[in-house]
Amino acid sequence: MYIKELTELNGVSGNEDEVREFIKDKIKDLADEITVDSMGNLIAFKKGKSGKQKVMLSAHMDEVGFMVTGFSDSGVIRFATVGGIDERILLGKRVLVGEKKIPGVIGSKPIHLQEREERNTNIKLKKLYIDIGTDKKEETEKLVSLGDYVAFHSPYTEFGEGLVKAKALDDRVGCAILMEALKERYECDLYACFTVQEEVGLRGAEVAAYTVNPDIALVVEGTTCSDVPGVEKSEYSTVLGEGAALTIMDRTSYPDKNFVNYIYELAKRNNIPVQFKQTNTGGNDAGKIQMSRSGVVTASISVPCRYIHSPVSVMSKKDFNSCKDIVIAVLKDLGTKEEAY
Amino acid sequence: MFDLIKRLTQSFGVSGNEEEIRETIINEIKDYIEDIKVDTLGNLIATKPGKGKKIMVAAHMDEIGVMATYIDEKGFIRFSNVGGVSAFISIGQKVKFKNGTIGTVFYEEKLEDMKNLKLSKMYIDIGAKDKKEAEKLVRIGDVACFVGDAVKQEDLVISKALDDRSGCAVLIEAIKRMPQTDNEIYFVFTVQEEIGLRGAKTSAYQLKPDIAIAIDVTDTGDTPEAHLMEVKCGGGPAIKIKDNSIICHPEVKKLLEESAKKINIPYQYEILEYGGNDSGAIHIAAGGVPSGAISIPCRYIHSPVEASSLEDIENVVKLLVEAIK
Repeated sequence: MYIKELTELNGVSGNEDEVREFIKDKIKDLADEITVDSMGNLIAFKKGKSGKQKVMLSAHMDEVGFMVTGFSDSGVIRFATVGGIDERILLGKRVLVGEKKIPGVIGSKPIHLQEREERNTNIKLKKLYIDIGTDKKEETEKLVSLGDYVAFHSPYTEFGEGLVKAKALDDRVGCAILMEALKERYECDLYACFTVQEEVGLRGAEVAAYTVNPDIALVVEGTTCSDVPGVEKSEYSTVLGEGAALTIMDRTSYPDKNFVNYIYELAKRNNIPVQFKQTNTGGNDAGKIQMSRSGVVTASISVPCRYIHSPVSVMSKKDFNSCKDIVIAVLKDLGTKEEAY
Repeated sequence: MFDLIKRLTQSFGVSGNEEEIRETIINEIKDYIEDIKVDTLGNLIATKPGKGKKIMVAAHMDEIGVMATYIDEKGFIRFSNVGGVSAFISIGQKVKFKNGTIGTVFYEEKLEDMKNLKLSKMYIDIGAKDKKEAEKLVRIGDVACFVGDAVKQEDLVISKALDDRSGCAVLIEAIKRMPQTDNEIYFVFTVQEEIGLRGAKTSAYQLKPDIAIAIDVTDTGDTPEAHLMEVKCGGGPAIKIKDNSIICHPEVKKLLEESAKKINIPYQYEILEYGGNDSGAIHIAAGGVPSGAISIPCRYIHSPVEASSLEDIENVVKLLVEAIK
């Protein structure tokens, strides 16, 4: 399990090199062929014993983050978000800027100097800046360029009963599961796709699915988990600790019902905890893969993660293991019977 | 025509769950066309072979509906929308699940201001005593369609799911009436239009037609205080010029205009300032397909009382047959 290593690497959408190189190195002896396409998707092919089916496993390497958009005379950095980030959580967060990983903090006007109205409203992104400890524009520009990527700085921490806190669990959990899955041999031909730019519009997956042209696809994700105070039980998406979550429908896809039921039943038969994601919000790579070419039988399975898209996402190792076990069980079962699944 | 529309609109087929309506359509067309197949996503593709132009005609089988997302201890079901479902239109309606279970849709009474009404503040009551009993009938992820009988009054047909079963009826009639032609025609009954033109995208990719025409309903501007729109119910087939998903190809538009003139039927132009239909996905598939659409004027779209003129629908059939023969 490479969750610690993977989440401590930086791979904001469009800048996934570090994550890709790490994965590539770790799986080089596990796949028959490894390619990197023009967008940066990493595709590992593993030949199956019968090769009757072509299965695409997909997890995205990128994470939400920021990009440098300008400098103030005082040396602080203006920035934009890359991917969906709640701007209200940003104040006071630690970040790493650019390839040199220069430490910085996200700051704004201190409470003492704020007018009453300012205190009562949520701070807007344009009022925030990144401070890297310089005090002149020229000094900052020596260290940072326009367009540099910025990632949350948040070391992997274990706490509670088998819980993990980290940034980028969405979707390094998926990457870690794909890496585990590549260790086994299967009947089906396996294409493990580590995709790019999911957080900015499912872009890598669209290209990878077109290239691979699979019969069946399974997307492995980190998904929202809203079993927290202030949320009605009827609005929980998933519950932490109750196993991997299967998507019934979300904004981008309506996964193949028969395939989803097959996965659910297979998990139950093997006594692996599994739940359905109750809400229909959000979306992931499945949306593009299902509609690739003439259409692909697709499902999506996820590790529930609280506080997703923040530097303090939380998951349960139990859920991670259940997701991993289900993915491997499905791969082992596919292609062993007369019918497709 | 009304009887066909009745059979089609009363079949179940919420987006992603088009099994029943697909069977209904197969039964209608199987004696008239040989090559019928179902693709990965569930699109029904009926092909009339030929050596001439490859023409794709599309109407979507799916209808809007709701999906059960949570069942509380007392057996009430929370739900979300599948496609464009209005909270206001849903109040006091009946919904029907695939297994026939009927529920009534209502809202939390503590709601202070109707303006704040959202689907998340509403629920479905299936008359179950508690959660356990409810779960015998409905599972999380099950979908339900709205209940809306098909009624004929003079020239008007009122029903749920005229969007787009009236378009499906047009394709079925066209299959039955198709005269001899060299063209290869793909009659495609698509899935998942209401949640993002999805079936049209994958079917167009595999068929790679030379030209495509979508048949779907469109809004009208002829009701009290309606937004400004030229389309009238009963004014004849509406030849689409644009909507939010497509600017129709001029050659296709011209073909439809000329065909309408030739057979001397009334027609009107449609400029829809919102929304889209299958042609939007088809025209940018597989390297690009010159596409257009004939729309059936329809009042109260996405409600259980959608209303169209039977004469309009009949004229859409005539126009389509003339255009693709």
